Amino acid sequence: MEHNEAHNWTIEAKASLFDLKINEVWAYRDLLWLLVRRDFVSFYKQTILGPLWFFIQPLFTTIIYTFIFGNLAGISTDGLPKPLFYMAGITAWNYFSDCLTKTSTVFRDNAGIFGKVYFPRLIMPLSIVVSNLVRFGVQMILFLLFIAYYYFAGASFQITWSIILFPIVVMLMALLGLGAGMIISAMTTKYRDLAFLIGFGVQLLMYATTVIYPLSIALQKYPDYAWLIEYNPMTPIIETFRYGFLGEGSFSWASLGYATGVTLALLLFGIVVFNKVERNFVDTV
Amino acid sequence: MSIAIKVENLSKAYQLGQIGTGTISRDLERWYARVRGKEDPFLRIGESNDQHSKSESNVVWSLKDINFEIEQGDAVGIIGRNGAGKSTLLKILSKVTAPTTGKISGKGRIASLLEVGTGFHPELSGRENIFLNGAILGMRKKEIQRKLEEIVDFAGIERYLDTPVKRYSSGMYVRLAFAVAAHLESEILIVDEVLAVGDAEFQKKCLGKMNDVSKGEGRTVLFVSHNMASIKSLCKKAILLQDGKIKNEGKANMVISSYFHTVKVNIEHFENSDFKLEKLKICDASEAEIKNIINGKKIIIKVSLKVKTPKPNIGFCIAIYNVLQELVTCINTYHINQKINSLDIGIYEFDTIIPPYIFNDGQYHINLHLNSQNGDLYKIFENYASFYILDDEKRRGGVFRGGWPGQISLLPEIKIKEIKL
Repeated sequence: MEHNEAHNWTIEAKASLFDLKINEVWAYRDLLWLLVRRDFVSFYKQTILGPLWFFIQPLFTTIIYTFIFGNLAGISTDGLPKPLFYMAGITAWNYFSDCLTKTSTVFRDNAGIFGKVYFPRLIMPLSIVVSNLVRFGVQMILFLLFIAYYYFAGASFQITWSIILFPIVVMLMALLGLGAGMIISAMTTKYRDLAFLIGFGVQLLMYATTVIYPLSIALQKYPDYAWLIEYNPMTPIIETFRYGFLGEGSFSWASLGYATGVTLALLLFGIVVFNKVERNFVDTV
Repeated sequence: MSIAIKVENLSKAYQLGQIGTGTISRDLERWYARVRGKEDPFLRIGESNDQHSKSESNVVWSLKDINFEIEQGDAVGIIGRNGAGKSTLLKILSKVTAPTTGKISGKGRIASLLEVGTGFHPELSGRENIFLNGAILGMRKKEIQRKLEEIVDFAGIERYLDTPVKRYSSGMYVRLAFAVAAHLESEILIVDEVLAVGDAEFQKKCLGKMNDVSKGEGRTVLFVSHNMASIKSLCKKAILLQDGKIKNEGKANMVISSYFHTVKVNIEHFENSDFKLEKLKICDASEAEIKNIINGKKIIIKVSLKVKTPKPNIGFCIAIYNVLQELVTCINTYHINQKINSLDIGIYEFDTIIPPYIFNDGQYHINLHLNSQNGDLYKIFENYASFYILDDEKRRGGVFRGGWPGQISLLPEIKIKEIKL
């Protein structure tokens, strides 16, 4: 037998708060990939359009936003082509909000499995983040196609150096969604109220983020309340994303640093809370 | 022999009733008590898990101060009535939930099978599900790859390997799920009643596989079941749980028969609008009531029944079960072609006379069935009486050492002739 090394284990009533079980997660890394594969394959099995469905949602949302917020309400897009502006916001926001909402119900959605077999629970939210990353990747292709189209059509935008921050921006979105989602998921095992909150809360949060308007307009129109939007850690993330690809938006190292700080704090807190709840949630869910 | 699992002072409390309303205030109270270094005000010590009695506190101890050790390579059965704490114990051992107090230490990888097919996705093919399920149970990908052929072979689903499992018959589904789990390379295997599924042949195969696992490969097996026959055939040792405590532990045979002492024999006399059971007695040839019967003697089962509404063509049946809750025999008036014509209102006595040398030594329970000609049941009286058969020791010249093998104990005549070549 391959696993003959006698690893000793103990199960105790109280566990250390800061035992994050990262090495255990590593041992189960194969499961992570299989879960991602499962999510991806089961998404398009028995559909005609298959992975094309990943395109349809952002595409139609962009069209609707262009009509309503761009044309009807006439909200400025900092001089960028409207579809491009909205699609940048939607693509990035969708990734964050998918990570957040799916992670926030992870205990309830997987109560059946969690109640029957043990594996590091952290694998589940991680697999959610990674499978949404696949989806995000597909949607990024759509976004890049839009960019290419507008580039050849001669629209006024430019790709700036800060595009190299793209991987960091994606990471921040993922970890922020993961951290906040884990905190909420840990709390919803006992208090279901939060589950109701999250549904429309995420939607409201979108309006407090610079998805359908640029930060500059918010600062200009509501100078007294714009701090709400500025302190929202998603704002600098989306602004940086937009600045990198389209050359418009408010980018500053300070605000990106702030967003990073908040993300890491939420993530650490999230993992600790998650690991604490994970031990007993089967009894209360 | 080294110790594979050591359980010390293990307890688990569950909260009864609604969880949710008022939990914030309670959590705050709990937290305040902890800050002051006091005990949790909602965990009162000493409440045992008797499901029938009401109690002030709504915290219940599903397990209370459990201590035991399991040696490496042992197959141990865990038995007990529903709610005795068996499943809780397995859940804690498989790390699904954490204990309230106490500690378990052990050596070697644990694979637990609390349910077959956990994590199967209906849309994925059999092959994909083998990998997914294996990974959930803690196998690495290359490990599953190596075992794939064996798993498919054991489950007997080769033709369907690339078909989504939602198209599988329920039998195939279960076979595949068990096959994955049974081929885990773990030092400790925990199994909870999964054998209750599948057809008889597959159940036999599962038992055989588990037997290989424990005896052949020297792995430690913990097995929970209500089926005493499978516990007996698989496990050398057993632990009997009752109301969250260990009632008995030791050799499987001994623990199983002590379990049946905890099965309550129903002494209240039944009565409904149709029948009243006046008495059920087990007697010897002299019609005196006895509990222990020498197998060389006749047994008379005396039933007296009051019929309150006339019943046409009634069937009278005595079913006798052994300690493993296996049906040993069913004595029915229809089967022995002794027709009872309609019973009018009145009291009837049924004396069933069982000849000597039929039952092997051990304990037996009696169920009484009354049915109509077309097989409709009027009433079953379960566990109405029990009796012991003791060997008369004659056949071994007075030195009976207990435990003839087999279900029944005949005293046949064997004629021996020498045939010259």
